[in-house]
Amino acid sequence: MKILVCIAQVPDTTSKIAFTDNNTAFATEGLTMIINPYDEWYALVRALELKETGKATAVHLITVGKSDVEPVIRKALALGGDEAIRIDVDSNDPLVVAQEIAAYAKAQSYDLVLCGKESIDYNNGVVGAMLAALLDTEYVGFATKLDVEGNTASLVREIEGGEEHISCNLPLVVSCQKGMAEQRIPNMRGIMAARTKPLAVVSGTGAQAQSKIVAYEMPATKTGVKMIDADNMDQLVQLLHAEAKVI
Amino acid sequence: MLKQKLFNFLKDTNMILVLAEQINGSFKKKTFEALQYAASIAQHNNDKVAALVLGSAQQDAMQELGAYGAQEVLHVNNAKFDAFSAKAFAKAMQQVATTQNATILIAPHDVCGKAVAPRVAALMQAGMVAGAIAHPTYNNGFEVKKSVFSGKAFTTIAITSPVKVITLVPNTFSVTKGEGLAAIQNVEVTINDADFATLVNSVEKVTGTIPLGEAELVVSGGRGMKGPENWHLIEDLAKVMGAATACSRPVADSHWRPHHEHVGQTGGTIRPNLYIAIGISGAIQHLAGVNSSKTIVVINKDPEAPFFKAADYGIVGDALEVLPKLKVAMEKFKAAN
Repeated sequence: MKILVCIAQVPDTTSKIAFTDNNTAFATEGLTMIINPYDEWYALVRALELKETGKATAVHLITVGKSDVEPVIRKALALGGDEAIRIDVDSNDPLVVAQEIAAYAKAQSYDLVLCGKESIDYNNGVVGAMLAALLDTEYVGFATKLDVEGNTASLVREIEGGEEHISCNLPLVVSCQKGMAEQRIPNMRGIMAARTKPLAVVSGTGAQAQSKIVAYEMPATKTGVKMIDADNMDQLVQLLHAEAKVI
Repeated sequence: MLKQKLFNFLKDTNMILVLAEQINGSFKKKTFEALQYAASIAQHNNDKVAALVLGSAQQDAMQELGAYGAQEVLHVNNAKFDAFSAKAFAKAMQQVATTQNATILIAPHDVCGKAVAPRVAALMQAGMVAGAIAHPTYNNGFEVKKSVFSGKAFTTIAITSPVKVITLVPNTFSVTKGEGLAAIQNVEVTINDADFATLVNSVEKVTGTIPLGEAELVVSGGRGMKGPENWHLIEDLAKVMGAATACSRPVADSHWRPHHEHVGQTGGTIRPNLYIAIGISGAIQHLAGVNSSKTIVVINKDPEAPFFKAADYGIVGDALEVLPKLKVAMEKFKAAN
């Protein structure tokens, strides 16, 4: 079984977000970039576990971005994975990202494609489902458990107000979230090994964007907190009712 | 006037197609929100609004979608769709959208919509906005606002393709029930068994609780709760208020609470009307998941907790002491109102 793990580069979760060019561009200067946590902690680690238990024969990592994403993909390789592919395209349109990954993945016939449930920058969570459409496979979103026996994957996925235990034949695209695996810290051996692992750079197919970001804005700041005495919860309830009008 | 409108429909109207998902056999508020959102676009573009219902459904429930803006219901009356399959649902929606000339496709940004809508977008080469929080604007094309960086910022996205796909964050758009019944039209789709590749072995429902993503009121606890044995205080308050319960990441990581309750940058993003944070300091990652809440109440024993800066109302005090008092005050209020 060959697994492809989709990796996105995102700003560190503690980042202060700012914009430039009259609020039309995201200011990346000075930001620490990390592997999207859902891709790293859940999709990648679960793929590695499947390889360690002998169920997967190969784990490939793929990312779409310019050369500035290479440090992050090397970090991912330090956790594990046999080789990485970077598709040399810079796009904010998830459909472009999905089309580029699909174009590469089709030729490689992966049995399982894993991604995080969403990237923590644009919070779209759509690339996995788009990828499944383009590869014409089933898609299981928000999976918290995944195992594979032969040609069949058994999964647990989140549904409205509960969870569903399902099985599904390969090939399959799965978006992963908490519960799937535990975060790992790369060790020195992994970091050393990652330096020499193959990182192929592939040109894009020229997929056309169907959407574009035209502006950014910051949320309105709160006007100031109203402090209430801990012994006067009646006052809080009254304010929530009469002033905030939320109860 | 009405005649003219009808004439326009027949002439060259496009369709706005809303994926109307059933949960336990009924349509939910988020579907009504999506229909009214569609109706407001229809008013601008002079389009027709149709709800797509997949699988078995009650006639009267489908007709009632008319009260929320659906002029017609396109019903794929095939029991195979009673079980959810992203592949089959997306194929059905794409086929109906194509044959009906639908140019705008809308679904709630929930588990079903998030699996189906992007898939349809990919099949139709359509630009997409996932998680819209505002109605489209038309001054420079077709632009929709969404929240990014887990609530730390917003962005406006222009969809440039002929077919447009939008998912809507539940609880963001108002719903008023109007009048009228939708006309039901049965439609067929070509689908084969291989498109239903998912076999559901069992379902575990969390009963008696309000799904977090849809909750208007949320009571949330952090490390200040000191341990899972004190969580009945959160649950008691939530019960009195009719609120959902949530927690911070350290709480979920310590297995005090199930992970689906975790809100924050790496957990769920929510935007209830009221978010009460108890014993949560307010790290930037936590704020990211909740700061779109309309009103925020922070209860923390540390007056320097950063969360107070993002709060509307603040109480300095120990979580375990303040919670019972708040519960009593809520009970009094509920009894009087």
